[in-house]
Amino acid sequence: MANEIKLRVNGRTHGVFADPDTPLLYVLSSDLQLQGPRFGCGLSQCGSCSVLVNGAETRSCVTPVATVRGKSITTLEGLPEWYAKQKKLAKAPALHPVQQAMIDEQALQCGYCFNGMIIQAAELLSKTPQPTEAEIRTAMNGHLCRCGSYPRVIKAIQRASKAIHGTSVAEVAGEVAR
Amino acid sequence: MKPPSIPHHLFDRRAFLKAGGALIIGFSSASFIGDAFSAQGVAAARGSVAGPPDPKQIDTWLAIQSDNTATVFIGYVELGQGSSTSLLQVAAEELDLDMKQVSTVRLDTNVTPNQGGTYSSSSIARGSPAIRAAAAEARHALLQMASQKLDTPIEKLTVSKGVVLAAAANGSSPQRSVSYGELIGDRRFNLAFTGTAPLKPVADYKLVGASPTRNDIPDKVSGKYVYLQHVRLPGMLHGRIVRPRGQGAYGAGAKVSTLDEASIAHIPGARVVRKGDFVGVVADREWDAVRAAQQLKITWDVPATLPGSDGVYDAMRAEKTTDHVVLQKGDVASAFTQAARVASGKYHGPYQAHAPFGPNGALADVTPDSALVICSTQDVYATRNTLAGVLGLPPAKVRVQYYEGSGTYGHSCYDDAAQAAAILSQLAGKPVRLQFMRWDEHGWDLYGPAHVGEVRAAADANGKITAYQYDGWQHNWSAVETSAQLALGTPAAPWRFGAAQDVNPNDCGGMYAIPNVRLINHEVPALGYLRGAWLRSPLDLSFSFASEQTIDDLARQLGIDAYEFRKRNIASERWMGVLDAVAKAAKWEPRPPASKVSASPADAKILSGRGIGLGTHLTSYGAAVAEIEVNKETGQVIVKHMYGAIDAGLAVNPAFIENQISGQLVQTTSRMLHEEVTFNKTNVTSLDWNSYPILRFEECPEVTPVVVQRTDQKSTGAGEEVMAAAAGAIANAFFDATGVHMREFPLTPKRVLASLTRV
Repeated sequence: MANEIKLRVNGRTHGVFADPDTPLLYVLSSDLQLQGPRFGCGLSQCGSCSVLVNGAETRSCVTPVATVRGKSITTLEGLPEWYAKQKKLAKAPALHPVQQAMIDEQALQCGYCFNGMIIQAAELLSKTPQPTEAEIRTAMNGHLCRCGSYPRVIKAIQRASKAIHGTSVAEVAGEVAR
Repeated sequence: MKPPSIPHHLFDRRAFLKAGGALIIGFSSASFIGDAFSAQGVAAARGSVAGPPDPKQIDTWLAIQSDNTATVFIGYVELGQGSSTSLLQVAAEELDLDMKQVSTVRLDTNVTPNQGGTYSSSSIARGSPAIRAAAAEARHALLQMASQKLDTPIEKLTVSKGVVLAAAANGSSPQRSVSYGELIGDRRFNLAFTGTAPLKPVADYKLVGASPTRNDIPDKVSGKYVYLQHVRLPGMLHGRIVRPRGQGAYGAGAKVSTLDEASIAHIPGARVVRKGDFVGVVADREWDAVRAAQQLKITWDVPATLPGSDGVYDAMRAEKTTDHVVLQKGDVASAFTQAARVASGKYHGPYQAHAPFGPNGALADVTPDSALVICSTQDVYATRNTLAGVLGLPPAKVRVQYYEGSGTYGHSCYDDAAQAAAILSQLAGKPVRLQFMRWDEHGWDLYGPAHVGEVRAAADANGKITAYQYDGWQHNWSAVETSAQLALGTPAAPWRFGAAQDVNPNDCGGMYAIPNVRLINHEVPALGYLRGAWLRSPLDLSFSFASEQTIDDLARQLGIDAYEFRKRNIASERWMGVLDAVAKAAKWEPRPPASKVSASPADAKILSGRGIGLGTHLTSYGAAVAEIEVNKETGQVIVKHMYGAIDAGLAVNPAFIENQISGQLVQTTSRMLHEEVTFNKTNVTSLDWNSYPILRFEECPEVTPVVVQRTDQKSTGAGEEVMAAAAGAIANAFFDATGVHMREFPLTPKRVLASLTRV
């Protein structure tokens, strides 16, 4: 019989009843009804189920739920708040800069892979704020797209990088002005 | 165990079914509420009667709300190509509304018109004329109402953003106005759709030809978009199918040999459902269904009758085929004997998979006298008919609703999944949500069929192509889905309808003015091979791979540049337009194909080459240039830059077409370098992304899309028409780099090294 497992997802604690070996994906999508992480392969091959666990991109389809007890899980839905916390912003923006850049570049086709694309790109920019194109390609290489959106995803990440850099400078200037 | 909680906004399932209302529940309450009370609310109010609604009624096509917005009912599905936005551009243009005032609803056999399926990149070409005409006619009716209301002749009325303005009678009197919403808001037109209203002249277009952004993208990046995979039904079970890993020969069948239902007794709530050789499991919780399907002890009788992927081309070539002449003109035989130059070759193209990034699934609620099935079909009405047959219900008792899944690129497993979910629900007596696993989708796909092409072309000494012959071998598509076969024993049968199954005259020489042409289709029996269906740009990559290499071979023999040779032989001004556009974008410098090979040092590890190609599917005009590098030591091919140009007539939204071209160039690179369904004598062995690799970020080419806008031509397809050209360009770039014709794709390192050593 399943015991209650406490999970911290997007800044809130949830109690879920699930067998400890249940992949995190099924808990997030079925129990918590989140739409960011989604099923793609169940084999850790494609990246459609990606979430951040303590800030690191993780394939939720092969991660037993019991192994992420007490850790901080962020899904696509929680990225703006995660970003705000990271950047010490008073208020979360409507979208993470990577999400906004995907809109600005009209990067999607079907968009099913974009959960993973955005999660991975957010992780990349949190660690390497101004990646080269080669660094972007390497970081994103484990995320597949069947529609062929890679070129626009690369452009969007470059755009987000610029936006974040610009924002930080502006914020610092704002702090000083206040 | 605690059952999954049901969101508070769910209503009683049966009451919903009776009301014919918006039963479907997406997870995001925000988007659900948005749907329910705006556009989807209008649809729900209509949903109580089985469709299709009468296409001869204006109300079938659009509705005006009292807030001065319009809902347009469209029979084409959104697949990520943007048609749910671009078809609204067409409607908004005729109605003089802006994009914020128009919306559409998901396809539903109780709600949306039957415009045929979303096939052959025809959403704009075949979908827009009816929408444009209905919008024009509705506008005319609204102007008549406004004319009475404002006591002003129609000629003196103008419309802006759905507000009808009466020109002031003289300079002093105030301008009077009335909005569409005030004239008819939330009421029906009750008018016959005659198709006679005058259309807005193209010269007056403001929205069509512009590039407003896509409606679906903001929700897709935020996580609010409800994909099929997110939809839940109240009281549902989770289902999984259980089949052998990887299909065997079409028609050979898979028979359950032993099945131990007790083997999943330890999984709470899990049970086996079975009908004939159709086996599935259902459970309250999703993970329990997943592991029950994996742990169920079952053995199968699977006959070893496939030719295997290594032997498939010889097997096809040895079959007794059904032949027909696709095109015959002039005297091919004597033209070949008189020719100055002849090029010929035998080419192979593999089975390739649709492999949607998120596997198909479906939700079904089947009762003894009705069924609701929610799936990602490209054709809700065709799916309704086949479901009715499987369930033993009249079509009018089956309601099919569309939710976008991940990109499908043709007929993937969506019908199979819809049937499987319906059978599971019928057997379980409850609503069921079925999700195919990755190996189900990869292993039981209806693949793009393998192809053998033998091509011969001749030219005179002046560089004019004088003769062309193409013989193509492939089997037809499959007409019966796996679920129906397993559950009901429905015998396998080949698909009979559809020109896209045959040698395509548009790709096989059709872009050139050739006086003597003979195209022969050799239809291989479908039973005994893998399941087949249309895969984006069906067979065109194979045709172009063979044909465009042959054209380049003639150019090489004559010492003529490949672009110049094509210009000399081009069939029409529109083909010339895309050829010139792509050559210009790629800054093409003239020199004969493979002319750098002898000049490159013998110890050079990396050979670079560039190639050009023409091709299309059934409509439109495509051209491409590829720049590639071949590593002589490893056999690895890297495509550095792809350029693609399309003429699809009037481009309603050029930016969407650019995105489509980019996707086509990348997907073609993937299909030419990596993609190949492998199988042994008993089953398919390409079951996931490791055994069916596709292109990744690190090897993705730069892409340059070019839209040749033709406002004087009617709109044609743009979702697949650059792929054939791109396939030919990649093959020709390989020849340019190495002086070797690849006879088979994908261009894997092993195959490349073998080709290079043969020289």
